[in-house]
Amino acid sequence: MHTDVIVAIPAWVLLAYLVSGVCFILALRGLSSPESSRRGNRMGMIGMAIAVGTTLITHYPGVTEPGRCAYPNSGACAYPAVDYATLGLIAAAIAIGGGIGLVTARKIQMTAMPQLVAAFHSLVGMAAVLVGAAAYLNPEAFAIGVRITPIASPSFVSIFPVSRIEMGLGVAIGAITFSGSVIAFLKLNGNMSGKPILLPLRHVINLGTLAAILGLIAYFTQDQSPWVFATVTALSFLIGFLLIIPIGGADMPVVISMLNSYSGWAAAAMGFTLHNSAMIITGALVGSSGAILSYIMCRAMNRSFISVIAGGFGGDAVAGGAAAAIDRPYKRGSAEDAAFLMSQADQVIIVPGYGMAVSQAQHALREMGDILKKEGVRVKYAIHPVAGRMPGHMNVLLAEANVPYDEVFELEDINSEFAQTDVAFVIGANDVTNPAAKTDKSSPIYGMPVLDVEKARTVLFVKRSMGGVGYAGVDNELFYRDNTMMLLADAKKMVEEIVKALG
Amino acid sequence: MDFISILSIFVLACFVGYFVVWSVTPALHTPLMSVTNAISSVIVVGALIAGATAGSDSSKWLGLVAVALASVNIFGGFAVTQRMLAMYKKKDRQG
Repeated sequence: MHTDVIVAIPAWVLLAYLVSGVCFILALRGLSSPESSRRGNRMGMIGMAIAVGTTLITHYPGVTEPGRCAYPNSGACAYPAVDYATLGLIAAAIAIGGGIGLVTARKIQMTAMPQLVAAFHSLVGMAAVLVGAAAYLNPEAFAIGVRITPIASPSFVSIFPVSRIEMGLGVAIGAITFSGSVIAFLKLNGNMSGKPILLPLRHVINLGTLAAILGLIAYFTQDQSPWVFATVTALSFLIGFLLIIPIGGADMPVVISMLNSYSGWAAAAMGFTLHNSAMIITGALVGSSGAILSYIMCRAMNRSFISVIAGGFGGDAVAGGAAAAIDRPYKRGSAEDAAFLMSQADQVIIVPGYGMAVSQAQHALREMGDILKKEGVRVKYAIHPVAGRMPGHMNVLLAEANVPYDEVFELEDINSEFAQTDVAFVIGANDVTNPAAKTDKSSPIYGMPVLDVEKARTVLFVKRSMGGVGYAGVDNELFYRDNTMMLLADAKKMVEEIVKALG
Repeated sequence: MDFISILSIFVLACFVGYFVVWSVTPALHTPLMSVTNAISSVIVVGALIAGATAGSDSSKWLGLVAVALASVNIFGGFAVTQRMLAMYKKKDRQG
């Protein structure tokens, strides 16, 4: 019954994919410091070029009998003539995609990085779904099936049971990555409210859908009918959507890291299907990278991964003090007051948050820092791990504004310095500075590591108005302290006015 | 390659990933995400195979679309990472 034998993959091909995988490891390794990072990125490009080149050499489109020759230099049809029409189509696909990618990469504003990354994740997910579907429709191309020719009926290809599981998982993870990332993109881009959308019985629906997907993948090993494949794909698109809609804006750093992880697992599952070591190594790297980032983000918010996934955070309006907040007395300052206080200081620590990104204040902020430095003030930046909408978001924005990276410090490296600091300048950050996280056991953010800004002699707090609360929906006791001066204005405008007052 | 060899590569790569990613400085977590994004588009290998192999027209076209999508990511991901990394500068010595 069996007419085709699986062809052995030449050794050099296996080696080339291995080299490509090693290049990707080195690309991530390079990110251990900014100096080596650029070399690392080039290693990544080299690895990708090797993987693509190898594939094009071994799988160039040949004019040949349909369904044969998984590897052209093996067996009956060694080196068939090149099918230039198909090669042209491939080149066109790369040119169109590459062109869009390059233009987007050049034009995108650094503040929009989270949306861009979410959009890119969705593309990886979709590509995984498409590759899975292509492999399902033409298993012989991927050497994952056996052609069976029953006596009285037309021949068909039976996909190996292991490959069916790998394919099913790959498509499912890919589809979840796609629809989840689309929702994340819409929320980050402001097309959709950042507020969590809570369906009744959502946990039951989600768990039921997940169980159905896994059950169908198991059934897929017995029956490779199209409806099984299609249902797995459709349910996976649905669950990706359902998983992300209940998650609020403040949890986006976790979501985006998690989707990063999923896109890796999708690539790894496809690597299993295609027996490709470059894809498996990369998938494992990306999968663990996203998982570690999710862990770091959860730890920085003192929340469990499960509670983030369950969603709903940032939705329930307010705990305790907010109603009283409106009447509590606070000190309000002007740009001139702020300029005076900072120019008299020995050390100023600037604490940026998402609000800085929203009002694009980073350039004005760097200008302010430059003037202060000229006047002999030491200026440092303190970054909370979850400041912004994705891991490292603030660091990129400050780097964009030409702030040297050795003036930018992480929470644990700088937190002890606030006590010896004259002015802490909080701009666009809120929850990450809230002392309630250390003292108030009833606060929803209790236990979250925060920046000890209140220990500085004076806290300047730039905020649009007194009304709004942070994303966690809690009032910040810091506003009403004796050593806090509120600077109520748009972040960028306020900083520009301070610059003017300093100059 | 048999399933066990593939699984071995996968498990070992997960450990490599674990240790390598913990050594990434937090300041570069955004570039880490964009570069992992670019490299996870190595899935283009599967897309190229599907796009180049005759035998099923629908499979071929799905492959070609996947090639285009993955290319957006590959070029866009590496380019935007490079753009970001170029911005990370040290303090001027004289400053």
